[in-house]
Amino acid sequence: MMRINIPRSTKLAAGSFICATLAFLNQPTPMAKAAGDQIVIGLVTKTEVNPYFVKLRQAATAEAEKQGAKLIARFGKFDGDNEGQVAAVEDLISAGVKGILITPNNSTGMLGIIKKARDKGVLVIALDTATDPANAVDATLATDNFEAGVLQGQYARKALGDKQAKLAMLDGTPGGTVDTQRHDGFLKGFGIAEGDPAIVGKQNTHGAQDEGQTAMENLLTAHPDINVVYTINEPAAEGAYAAIKARGKLKDIVLTSIDGGRLGVQYVQQGKIAATVMQFPKIMASKGVDYVVEYVKSGQKPSGFINTGASLITDKPFSGLESKDTKWGLENCWGLNTLAAGKDRLLAVIGRP
Amino acid sequence: MTMDVTTKVALPPKGTVVLEARGITKRYGQVTALDHAELELRAGEVLAVVGDNGAGKSTLIKVLCGAVVPDEGEVLLDGKPVHFRSPLDARKLGIETVYQDLAVAPALDIATNLFLGRELRRKGPLGGWFRLLDKNRMRREAQHEMDQLKFHLPAIDSAVEKLSGGQRQGVAVARAAIFARRLVIMDEPTAALGVRESGQVLNLIRTIRDRGLPVILISHDMPHVFEVADRIQIMRLGRRAAVTTPQKHTMSQVVAIMTGAARGDEPVEANGG
Amino acid sequence: MSTSSLAASKRNAIGLGRLITMPTFGPLIVLIVFCAIFSLATKTFFATGNLSLVVQQSVIVGTLAIGQTMIILTAGIDLANGGIAVLGTILAGRLVAEQQNPVLSLLFALFICTSFGLTAGLLVSRLMLPPFIVTLGLLGIVTAITRLTAQGGAFPVTDDLLSWPGNAFAVGDTSITYGMIVMFILYVLVWYLLTQTAWGRHVYAIGNNREAARLVGIPVQARLLSVYTFAGLLYGIGAWLALGRIPNADPNALQNANLDSITAVVIGGTSLFGGRGSLWGTLIGTLIVSVLRNGLTLTGIDPLWQDLVTGILVISAVALDQISRRKQR
Ligand SMILES: Nc1ncnc2c1ncn2[C@@H]1O[C@H](COP(=O)(O)OP(=O)(O)OP(=O)(O)O)[C@@H](O)[C@H]1O
Ligand SMILES: [Mg+2]
Repeated sequence: MMRINIPRSTKLAAGSFICATLAFLNQPTPMAKAAGDQIVIGLVTKTEVNPYFVKLRQAATAEAEKQGAKLIARFGKFDGDNEGQVAAVEDLISAGVKGILITPNNSTGMLGIIKKARDKGVLVIALDTATDPANAVDATLATDNFEAGVLQGQYARKALGDKQAKLAMLDGTPGGTVDTQRHDGFLKGFGIAEGDPAIVGKQNTHGAQDEGQTAMENLLTAHPDINVVYTINEPAAEGAYAAIKARGKLKDIVLTSIDGGRLGVQYVQQGKIAATVMQFPKIMASKGVDYVVEYVKSGQKPSGFINTGASLITDKPFSGLESKDTKWGLENCWGLNTLAAGKDRLLAVIGRP
Repeated sequence: MTMDVTTKVALPPKGTVVLEARGITKRYGQVTALDHAELELRAGEVLAVVGDNGAGKSTLIKVLCGAVVPDEGEVLLDGKPVHFRSPLDARKLGIETVYQDLAVAPALDIATNLFLGRELRRKGPLGGWFRLLDKNRMRREAQHEMDQLKFHLPAIDSAVEKLSGGQRQGVAVARAAIFARRLVIMDEPTAALGVRESGQVLNLIRTIRDRGLPVILISHDMPHVFEVADRIQIMRLGRRAAVTTPQKHTMSQVVAIMTGAARGDEPVEANGG
Repeated sequence: MSTSSLAASKRNAIGLGRLITMPTFGPLIVLIVFCAIFSLATKTFFATGNLSLVVQQSVIVGTLAIGQTMIILTAGIDLANGGIAVLGTILAGRLVAEQQNPVLSLLFALFICTSFGLTAGLLVSRLMLPPFIVTLGLLGIVTAITRLTAQGGAFPVTDDLLSWPGNAFAVGDTSITYGMIVMFILYVLVWYLLTQTAWGRHVYAIGNNREAARLVGIPVQARLLSVYTFAGLLYGIGAWLALGRIPNADPNALQNANLDSITAVVIGGTSLFGGRGSLWGTLIGTLIVSVLRNGLTLTGIDPLWQDLVTGILVISAVALDQISRRKQR
């Protein structure tokens, strides 16, 4: 009477073995190549659900290929996944990378591991989001969000003409770094200071379409004479558009936004938004890769804040204000054609104080 | 913790009343499960309790083992009233029960099940401070008891779920036998068992009685009842309809009283049918 | 052959058979297979430095998974352990920043985490509420308290005591953090409680057949209460280990830790229906996930494969459990 119960455990083992093998067979593994003198570069993004970071990754991979380097990409599982990002950097150091490009989830959460990496001679470049303090990394490649906000404000001013401004501001999250920079930049470009009576109302939308709509509805009820609107990103702008349309005020209000995802450019093309300001994750990625390759070849490190620029996108340009049309915008924008992406993107952009 | 069967408390002489239930009433909303039910268990006997479905057998023995608190009536152990609030109270007084649904943990092994809730710890600081179980001793004593009861089981450390129905029943009965000091109550121990396995369980019941422990046995199976019972209590509609013996009445007479086809008031026993 | 000698001969004939039937055997094989594959595929995987990393990366989820294992063994589930641990980090981080009293801050965080375990235990044992609902509700509550306490900010922790679990010492060329040691001690302690004491047997019995446990006189309510309360304390310790690993209390951190802890328990071979499983299986389950993540990075394979393989492992483990349970009926 043998009573051996192998099946349960062994089947599990066999099953997983098959999975593991599958994982390997299906992947055109560059292992053999990596073994040589090829430069290996690590990329750690915030999440993989967000088209902005998908674009960043694709651009980095393409640039690495062009340079004959190999890119290993990792990402957090959700916005705020410090543990996931720290583990990623640790693994990348183990894998022997020469440089790490990272969009830190939290401006202070990565400091320890970044120091460890740099102590080991790894070049660390922050992409998109700066660390606090900024000199914790070798260099930061990002959009100057203040500058971008200025562009948005300048456009809004011109579009309004000589009308007396009644400005509504749909912000993201109170205290967010990027949020504050864009907000302040807009005011500068618009030519007014915080507290100016032209600002009739401010609301936090967390960059979400539904919250943008609610906020705009309430603001319009309180101030039916609003004639210019700042939004923190395009989903919030889309929500505001719905509220404005429902009120029959499309002709009276200049709606502007910032971010520059595909969706946003399409809104501009459809005339929902007058203009948006586009940033360039592609440039952050490709420049980042270039810097690492350069560092390996010549030992030269980049340093400080490197602005990757921003462009005004509109089909109603004004003279004296440089802009690109939506056709150019669609060719150069980041992001997939999905609605769901908006909120994640905002969460990533706004970051936390 | 007494494990040695021979060191049970001095048993009362055969025939004296060990356990008595008087005027037990239990209602569940509109349903009266027990309506002034009586029961008398004497030393050294197997008392079978029979009755139709819903006659109140299970409820009555749940009162006796503390699983159910009655609305009215009293339970006397050795002539003294006792008030059980939980099965633990009854067990502390030496009353062990084999429940209809067995009350075993299938994933745990036989020895663990036998000692569940009454685990043995190592002597000295290991057991005292570190609460270390004495697994070897439990296994040994479990094996010993199974041998004593002449009940055949696979290895004592195999999981109960790997046993046949009869063997599982054996584990539950053995647990009661090992720990009982006054009496054992069994609810349908042969239900769902084959002929051979039923025979093994009936043997166990006899073994327990021969050690001097009285047994209350609930069963629907008349041949089994007539095979092992010394006396038979017939329940009907929550009451005791009659008490008899296998010698005084035939199976069909007992069934007739059970179903109400024949009258079975208390005098039945006295009349001798 | 008499029963006793039959049993004796069986017990002697264990060896390989016993090993194979151990519930941790399957997960162990999976772990070994993955390690073998990654060792062959990369030069760096088997380096002691890298193995130490894998364990360091397992410390938080590994500790939360201890509490999760105990609760799942009682046929419960805990959906709040990640949330409780995050609250612990925020409380300790903010308190130490404001009061400069690390010992008190840590004790307070441990106390609050334990209290939430106690609350769950009271609701589950006294009011007989389903653990799924209780912990789901608690998750909402602790998350709200976390946000209210953090007020949108994160708290960088510079204190030595709070970040102590992250400190390392070297054994040979392997770096060992105190967090790793704390986790291993907790595993040994809870393993002992679960397998070598009556308390542990009762935990298994309650999950296996709660009514039977009650009928044989196990104080079911008290045992459940102790399990949930102890789990709460473990989550508090998990919070401490998290601060050691990343000295930054962030209200947005550890969002997946809860599900990861369930994943580890399930991959480790513990039944979600309660009453079966082993704590070492959970540790192995935790390591499997970490090894996969680390190994895929070293080989340069897209880490999305980690989620895919982990998903397959979870489903296989649950399916096997279900099949083996059905066979026993
Ligand atoms: N917990 C309960 N709640 C409500 N009604 C109950 C409960 N327990 C028993 N009853 C009712 O009490 C009556 C007696 O039930 P009991 O289980 O004692 O009968 P029984 O003689 O054991 O029947 P069977 O032979 O089917 O086991 C039945 O009508 C039953 O429906
Ligand atoms: Mg019954």
